[in-house]
Amino acid sequence: MTDHSTTADHHHSADAVDVFGFWLYILSDCVLFATLFATFAVLQFSTYGGPALHELFSLPYVLGETMFLLFSSFTYGLAMMAHYKGNTRRVLQWLMVTFILGVSFVVMEVNEFVHLVHEGHTWQSSGALSAFFTLVGTHGLHVTIGLIWMGLMMFQLMKFKLTPDTSRRLTYLGLFWHFLDIVWIFVFTFVYLMGAI
Amino acid sequence: MSSQQKVETYGTGRKTLKSYMTGLVLSLIFTFTAFYLVGQHTLSTTALYVSLSLLAVMQLLAQVIFFLCLTNKTAEGRWNTMPFIFVIAIILLLVGGTLWIMYNLNYHMVH
Repeated sequence: MTDHSTTADHHHSADAVDVFGFWLYILSDCVLFATLFATFAVLQFSTYGGPALHELFSLPYVLGETMFLLFSSFTYGLAMMAHYKGNTRRVLQWLMVTFILGVSFVVMEVNEFVHLVHEGHTWQSSGALSAFFTLVGTHGLHVTIGLIWMGLMMFQLMKFKLTPDTSRRLTYLGLFWHFLDIVWIFVFTFVYLMGAI
Repeated sequence: MSSQQKVETYGTGRKTLKSYMTGLVLSLIFTFTAFYLVGQHTLSTTALYVSLSLLAVMQLLAQVIFFLCLTNKTAEGRWNTMPFIFVIAIILLLVGGTLWIMYNLNYHMVH
């Protein structure tokens, strides 16, 4: 353990810089979402003679999606707690719960999209729908990528257990996952709730 | 393996079960309040827009403080907080500026 401490210190500072870099990436992704939100805000009433957007949504359904994502953010936190205690098994269990909640969210969202398209409200129908599908779809794509990443993470944990490397990667994924829920707060508020006023 | 080894938190506050629970409960309260307000239609339209925005911002803060544990207490924490505040300023400029310009264009198109 003693001859390990100098390399551990070195890892510590290098890891801290890496995580800071990842945090900067997250923030730049926030700017991407801000542009999509601005586009949506401008185009949301341009329905090209079609029904207003709020007539196409079911708020209780979207509330269900919101709950899945919020609770998955929370259970990821529980996985991080288990990680601090060095309990690989528990980390894997909570990651699995998070993964299932995340998949439920994506399935509900895809179902909503399929339903809309099926009724003829596609991204080609109007400016408002283009903006809607771009904004909500980009978020959904992020969640999907996060899920693939989480699957790889679980695989790594099973193979390597908790090491400085896997624990750093857990931190990255945690930042990413909490960030997705934070973006969803604004999708839920500005797209769905405010549309219904 | 001793469970209380030094935990690497990368400049964030120590994440505890209590902070996650607080974040979850606050997020639930803000989400359901917003949902309830929209369903009730008792507030005026302007009041609804303002209160929904406030609730969203409060939930943002709740999750940033209790889930991400962004803190100003450590030097590393301040390094994380500074770009965060910078990005919020950029977002406000970007979204606010877009809406302002497009509103004006729209106004001059019809008048």
